[in-house]
Formats: sequence, structure tokens, C-alpha cells
Amino acid sequence: MDSSAARGATAQDLARKQREISVAEFFEKNRQILGFDSPQRSLATCVKEAVDNSLDACEEAGLLPDIYVEIRRAPGDAANLFRVIVEDNGPGIVAEQVPRVFGKLLYGSHFHVIRQSRGQQGIGISACVLYAQLTTGRPALVLTKTAPDRPASRVELTLDTRRNEARVLRREEASWDRPRGTRVELEVRGAYFTGRRSVPEYLRACAIVNPHARITFLDPEGMEARFDRSSDHLPRLPGESKPHPGGTEMGTLLKMVEHYAGALGEFLQGEFARVGPKTAREIADAAQMDPQMRVGDLTRGQAQRLVESFRRVKLLPPSADSLSPIGEDLMFRGLQKGVTADFISVVTRPPGSHGGHPFIVEVALAYGGAAPREEKVEVLRFANRVPLLYQPGACALTHAVERVHWRPYGLDQSGESLPQGPALLLVHLASTHVPFVSESKDAVADIPEVLAELDLALKQVGRDLKGFLSKRKGIEKRREKEDLIQRILPKLAEKVGGVLQRPPPDTAPVVARIMGNLLLQRDGARLHAANHGEAPRRFHLAARSHQVRKEWDLSLEPGARRTLDFPADHVHVEGLPAEMVTLGRGLAPLDDGKSPRGPVTRVHNPGRREAPAGPTSSSLAPLPRTGATGKRETSPTTLAAFSAEPEKPEEATRP
Amino acid sequence: MSPPKTPRKPASGNGNGKAKKLVGLVELLYSQMEKGEIPSLDVATRTKQNIEYSESSGVWVYGDATSSRSAKTARGALQLLKTTSVVEFLKHQLEVDKSSTLRELYYISENWEDAKFPDQNESDRLIEDLEILVELQREQFHIRSEESGASILGPLEIRERTRRGPKKIHCEDDVGESGYTIPTQVDNIEFLRHDARMVVAIETGGMYDRLVENGFHDDNDAILVHLKGQPSRGTKRLLKRLHGELNLPILVFTDGDPWSYRIFASVAYGSIKGAHLSEYLATPGAKFIGIQPSDIVAYKLPSDKLTDQDIQALKAELTDPRFDTPYWKKEIQLQMDLGRKSEQQSLAKYGLDYVTDTYLPERLQALGALKK
Repeated sequence: MDSSAARGATAQDLARKQREISVAEFFEKNRQILGFDSPQRSLATCVKEAVDNSLDACEEAGLLPDIYVEIRRAPGDAANLFRVIVEDNGPGIVAEQVPRVFGKLLYGSHFHVIRQSRGQQGIGISACVLYAQLTTGRPALVLTKTAPDRPASRVELTLDTRRNEARVLRREEASWDRPRGTRVELEVRGAYFTGRRSVPEYLRACAIVNPHARITFLDPEGMEARFDRSSDHLPRLPGESKPHPGGTEMGTLLKMVEHYAGALGEFLQGEFARVGPKTAREIADAAQMDPQMRVGDLTRGQAQRLVESFRRVKLLPPSADSLSPIGEDLMFRGLQKGVTADFISVVTRPPGSHGGHPFIVEVALAYGGAAPREEKVEVLRFANRVPLLYQPGACALTHAVERVHWRPYGLDQSGESLPQGPALLLVHLASTHVPFVSESKDAVADIPEVLAELDLALKQVGRDLKGFLSKRKGIEKRREKEDLIQRILPKLAEKVGGVLQRPPPDTAPVVARIMGNLLLQRDGARLHAANHGEAPRRFHLAARSHQVRKEWDLSLEPGARRTLDFPADHVHVEGLPAEMVTLGRGLAPLDDGKSPRGPVTRVHNPGRREAPAGPTSSSLAPLPRTGATGKRETSPTTLAAFSAEPEKPEEATRP
Repeated sequence: MSPPKTPRKPASGNGNGKAKKLVGLVELLYSQMEKGEIPSLDVATRTKQNIEYSESSGVWVYGDATSSRSAKTARGALQLLKTTSVVEFLKHQLEVDKSSTLRELYYISENWEDAKFPDQNESDRLIEDLEILVELQREQFHIRSEESGASILGPLEIRERTRRGPKKIHCEDDVGESGYTIPTQVDNIEFLRHDARMVVAIETGGMYDRLVENGFHDDNDAILVHLKGQPSRGTKRLLKRLHGELNLPILVFTDGDPWSYRIFASVAYGSIKGAHLSEYLATPGAKFIGIQPSDIVAYKLPSDKLTDQDIQALKAELTDPRFDTPYWKKEIQLQMDLGRKSEQQSLAKYGLDYVTDTYLPERLQALGALKK
């Protein structure tokens, strides 16, 4: 029988069947773990991997990224074949390296460097090349140029899965009008959608956390969307860092020891982050070893003791120099441009560490605007500035949001779930080592240190939201009261005058007193300004009497009054909201076009930051769009709730 | 019998003077606004915390606490607009010598837009405010209540000034089974002669009819007054005049529950909402017959369980200065301990004559109104 024959196979028989499996072959069979499980997702993954690489490359070269993404239907009848093109203005790739970068899995520049980057393992783009070749049989096309005065090289390649090496089909010099950059073209099987977890969604999210990047996207219908820059500052390039003892495992240590000739003390100080002479001595003491011993003589047992003492000795947390958070300012700008909101709060937490890896948590909350009121809030998750689109339910970034009790902060919530209300949350984890739950890098694992920091950050924006909401309520209440007072008091004056058969008294002084307003009153040839509020008022007063115009800068303490010898008939106050100013009888608003600006509009200036007077030409087309084909979308940003001018900033809630 | 005295505050009189008093309020508002001040009127606070015992008159009147009706709030501004609107209306009413009821005033406000009253309670309260502010009774600025007449029956002859001329009426001989109906303007009545030793004021119609049917008034020379629940101003004014002018003891007979004690208190001491009228309406000498909580025990009366509202009301009475006497403290505490209340008519347990043959004689003797 076959089975007994199999059972009777000798070790030699088995040995004949045993052979090495290349990584490439492994991934060929298990491509879902790299993010190629559905046609829709596969398409998004190809865009994502290429864009991540482009952003990393530009930033490392100190260039403001300008990235062009195009998805085109492949020629022919097949509706599920697409050509993905991603082009950047990065530093380019040296021609000899192209096969390895694009045609070899686990080849990259980031894996052995401890610093925050989007790509880490060097799998992404080569996996895309592999995916293209598996689904369409077409080679990848790479065009790259490293300097304006050098020719570009054009390479066609596929992946030899058995040897995990590139198979270059064609390599030639080419001309390219860009001074430098890289363009990748892949033909893949996929499905193009808009909406959640789509390519446009990914790019929108990307634009929000990379306000320094310009991203242009041409979709299969030929429609162009442009995400312009809202910042011309590149994020600080994080420094490379040495390994922190807290995160060093046995294997790593043995490898580090292998080529080191010197004493233990020097080794600890020189090769690890955050280890000075004192800490080095403490580590050696804890391991009961002599700091003077030669590292080369380290036994396996001693190495084991050393790793254990790494855990026992109190260490400074890893330095955050190797991290590059987005920063509160840029998160604010990114959101301000990317969504409509009445209020934005942003928090960048101080660095923390998990397992010897530094990390920083950032959270932003945008409230109001066009966000739907009855639905769960949208949570945009990011890890090292890369949008995470899949597996939200498995991700610590989602869990942290769900675990906060949002009701006290003004959002609805049922049980431990995402809150409900007109809000959007941006949650970012930056780390030299993002603890993903799987190789497809969709979800962050529930690391207690990370969850705790997320919790603090989320509660911080929650408190800000609560403050904003109660302030807004106060303003609404005041407005309601004012509306009523403005309606009732003139009637009262009318009625009181009617009963007494006298002219009705002027209600302006009374209204000003009731509302705590600034009162401007004409009295014969003079003009009175009185502050009935509870706070000092500084303002600029412009007044006109017939054709004469005068201006004053005034500052009035609560209850104070100034008399100006000027028979004004028209006045204008700058520096105070219009509703805080009451004009007495005989005074009209001054509107002669000479006022530097009109009455201050009622806007809620969001967040703890002043809204920057950003370039108004920038635009972020909302996606998906339904405009005419080929027509360039330049619809203005939907920022009606923001003032175009820097308003008086709300008091900062944090320094 | 003693000669009738003239009523202290005649209801008719100089309409001009009253209008002037009302318009004075508006003048105050006008001058406040003219000076740029926030217009406001201060009215005595009408809560039980702000009533105090007046040694001179023996009734409860308002203390010094005042509440401000100020335009500082939108509500207050609206209140002042309503006040002014009412004054305007009253001024006109006095000028043309017309009168209206509280309910009519409420409906008239339908045309006042923002100053329209949402319900009659509010317009009634505003009229009370005005009574306090200008120290006039609403009748004096021609606002009547809706009060359907309570009844009086007994050996008393009166003369009432009516629109059809003066009428002389004997409250027993000239009236039917239900007695003489007390008019709103009690001060239009003149007492001519009487044959009574006491006045018994009864809360419920059923008990009033029982005493009439049993001839209690005849047997005991009593004037019976039907209070019809919480008595109207007219009824209270009549009781006060019967006591003051004819020197008759006033004995109040109600159900045995917290709401009935309040009826007694408003007859004897004045009401919280109307303490500005106490000196005009309250009869400090009035005595409480029952049903007392101790009667529930003593007479083994059929009883009902106290409701939550009853208990709340009893608790409130324990902090009500009008009930701050050892007698009331003891009785109220007893009732809370019993957890029961009894109606007047529960005395029927022992037969229809029991109330007139046994209960009332026993209680009236105890109060010294009947000799043993």
C-alpha cells in the first residue's frame, strides 16, 4: 500500500525531497500575509508600498515630496487588470541597485537601522513586483534618475522566486524630463473602488499626516485629485540610534559580540544607547562580571546573564531622537485642510518606550463641520505616518479609543465601543519598532505601554472637546439671551413710553449693561464709550462725523468710561466681536470701506493653536468626486467654519 | 347685636388715585431706563420662608425679603413687559370704569404677543404681585376672581348692595336648601341682625348638607358656612367680618388630612401666596374642630393610607411657621406615625346623626364653644 510505503521511507528518501524554500517562494504561497488577499486590497497595497518608499526616500534626501499616483485600466478587455504608476521627485536609485531594491525580498535600507521609517523590512515593493508577475505575468518597469545631468535608467524586471533574485529583462539608458526621481509601473490584477479602505482614502489619509507632501492622483476615470502642501517644512529626519539594552535579545547580543574586540565596559557604553559609565558598571555588577573582561571571551552563560541584567538595571528610556512625530502644528494643518471642522485639538505626547523601543503617541480630534452626527466617529489610524486601513478591530489604536469613556467629554457611546458623534479622530503611533500584529502591517498589537499613552492622549483631546463644547454652549446661551433682550426691551420701552405718553427711552444703555457689552453713546457733541463687561476691553475705535473721520486706540477697565470730544454719527469698533458692542441712539455702523476689516465674524477658532493664515490657493479636493471627466478638481477647501484670518486665539489649554 | 362697622377697605372709590398708583410703577421703570439702569421691580418674596407673625394683628404677613423682577435676565425683561402691559390695561379699565375677571385678563393677553401669558397661573400671580407693589387689592383695580359663591345658612340678616339696588336677606328664612350665596364683594354686605352663638365653617358640601339636614344650625344657634375646599377671598373676608364685627367664634371643620389643615391655616393665619392680604382676610381667632389625627384614634374612624404627596405635605407643614405650635406639631407627628387620614364623612360609620349628636358637641365643648 502507498501509505505503508510512505511509512517505510528511509531518511535518505526524505532527504531527497527536502530542499530549501526561498522566502520568495514562501510569500508566493502566502501572499495574504503581505496584504494581497483581495483584488481591491492588492491594488491599494501596491499604491501604498510605492508611496511609502517614495515618501521615505524624499525625506531622507531632504526633498519636499511631490508624488504622482496613477491607476489606469490595462489595455484589453479585462476589467480587472490595472496599471499602477507611482512617480516621485526623490533622489533616485543607483542603476546597479534597482534589481535588488525591486527584485529581492528582504532587501532594504531600514531593517538594520534603528530609527523611525515607513518601510522596515524591505519586503513591500518587491512583493508588489512579485504580485504583478503572478497575476499578469508582466514585468515591473522602473525608471529612475539620480541627478539632472545624468541619464535616467529604465529597467524591466521580474522576480526569480526560487533564488529570491531579480531577473532583469531589459536595462537601458533613457531620457526623462525630471531632474531626479523614480517611477515604478506595475501591471496587476485588482479591483478599483472608492470609499472606505480604497486607494483615494489611503491617499487622503496620507495627505493629512504628510502635510509637507504634494500628492496628485489620477484615477481610472481620468479624474485628477490633488492634495496640496500645507507646510513647506520637512519633518525632522530622525537620527539613527544604537540598540537600547531594554530591547536587546540574546541573539542580537551574540551577533554584536562576535566582531567586538575590547572590554565589556566599553562595549556596553559604545554599542548601546543610553548606557554611560555608571549604567555600564551597574549592568556588569548585576551580571556579576568584570567590566574589564574581554568581550570576545564571553561565554554563552555569561551572555545570558548580561541580557537578564539588562532587564534588572534601571535604564534611561530610549531616546526619542530616532523618532519623527508629525507634531501638533502639522497635525492641525493637515486636519484643517483635510476635513471640515468647528474645532480641532491636537496632542503629541512625550516619548515613552516599549521593550526598549522608543515611541510617541499622537492624537488629533476634529469636531463638527460636515461630519455625520448620528454615526460612529471616523478613526484614522497611522503607524509611522502610514495610514492603516485594514483590521481596525484588531488594532490597539482602535482599542484605546474604545476604552475611553467618551460621554463625559461630549460624545455618545454605547458600552466599550467607538464613540458616536460629528467627530474624526486621528491616532498616530511613531516608533522605531511598531509592534504590528502581523506582517501585513494592518494592526498594532495591544502593548500596555502604548495603550496607556494613547489613553492619556485621547483623554487630553477629550478634555479639550469638553471645554470647547461648554464654551460654545455659553456662546449660544448668550446669543439666545441677547436675541430675546433685543426683542423685548424695545417693546418695553415702547410700552412704558406709551403708558406715560412720553417718548420711549433709549434701550441701548440698558442692553449694554445687561449683556456686559461695550456701549457707544452720543451725547451732544461728545461720544461716550463705556465698558459694561467683566473683563478689560482693548479696541480700536473709528468714528465719523459728517465728513470728518477720527480713530482711537482705547483700553477700558470693567465699568470704565471714556468721553471723546467728537460729535460722531457713525462708529466702528475693531478688536471686539460685533455682538459685544452696542450702539446708542443716533449712532450707525461706520462702513466707508476704509476700515481695515469688517466686523469680526463669529467663528470658533479651533484648538489651542491659532489658525494660520495659510495660503488660500491651496486646495484639497474631497474624494470621491463626481465632477466632469478630466476636469481638474480645484474646489476650494470646505473650511467655512474657519476664519481665513488669524482670530484672537482661544486660550491655550497647554503650554 | 352690635352695630355693623364700615368695611375697612371699600371696594369702590377714587379710580384716579388707583390708576396713579399703578402708573407709578411704570414711571419707576421709565426713569430707570432713562438713567441707563437695568429696570427692575422688587416684590416681597412669597414663600413660607418669608412670612412672619405680626404681633399687632395676630396674622402672618410677609417679611422683608424681596425678589427682583429684573430685566437682567430675558425672563425678567419679559415679566416687566407683561407687568407694563397689564398696568396699561388696568389703567384703561379704571378710566372707563369696567371690570374683568382674572380669567378674562388671561384671555385678553392673547393679543399681547411676547407679553401673552402662557397660562392663567402666571397672570394670577402677576396680579398678586401688583396688589403687593401698589398696596391695593385686585378688586380695587377692578379685577374679580371667578370664585363661584360658597354658601352661608343660619340666623343672620344682611343687606347687600347689588346692581339692582339694596336687598335685605335673612340667611335662613329667605333662602333655599343651599343657603345664601356669598358674593365676591363681601364688603357690599351689611350685617343687620343675628341670633347666632357661633359660626361653623365646613370644608365639604356633603358635611354642610348633613348639618343643614340634621338641623344643627337650629339646635345650636349656628351660622353654617360652606368653604368649598380652599375658601375664596370673599368667604374668608366674610368669616373675618363675622368674627370681628359680630364677635362670633369661628370654628373650622375639615377632613383630617394635610390639605385640610392648610384650609384652616389660610382661614386663621392667612395664606403664603396671599400674605399681603392677611390683615384683611385672616381670622386669627378661628379654631380647628377636626378631624384631628387624634380623632382617628379616639373615634376609631375609617381611614385611608397616606399617599407620598400627603407625607410630603405633612413634612412641609412641620417647617411651616404657621403650624409651629405644640398642638400642630403633636397632631402632625401623630398622623405621620399613624400613616392614615380620615374624611369628615367617615363619621357616618356610627350613623348619620353621630356627627351632630356626638362628635361636634364633644369637640365644641372641648373648644369651649358649647357648654357641657
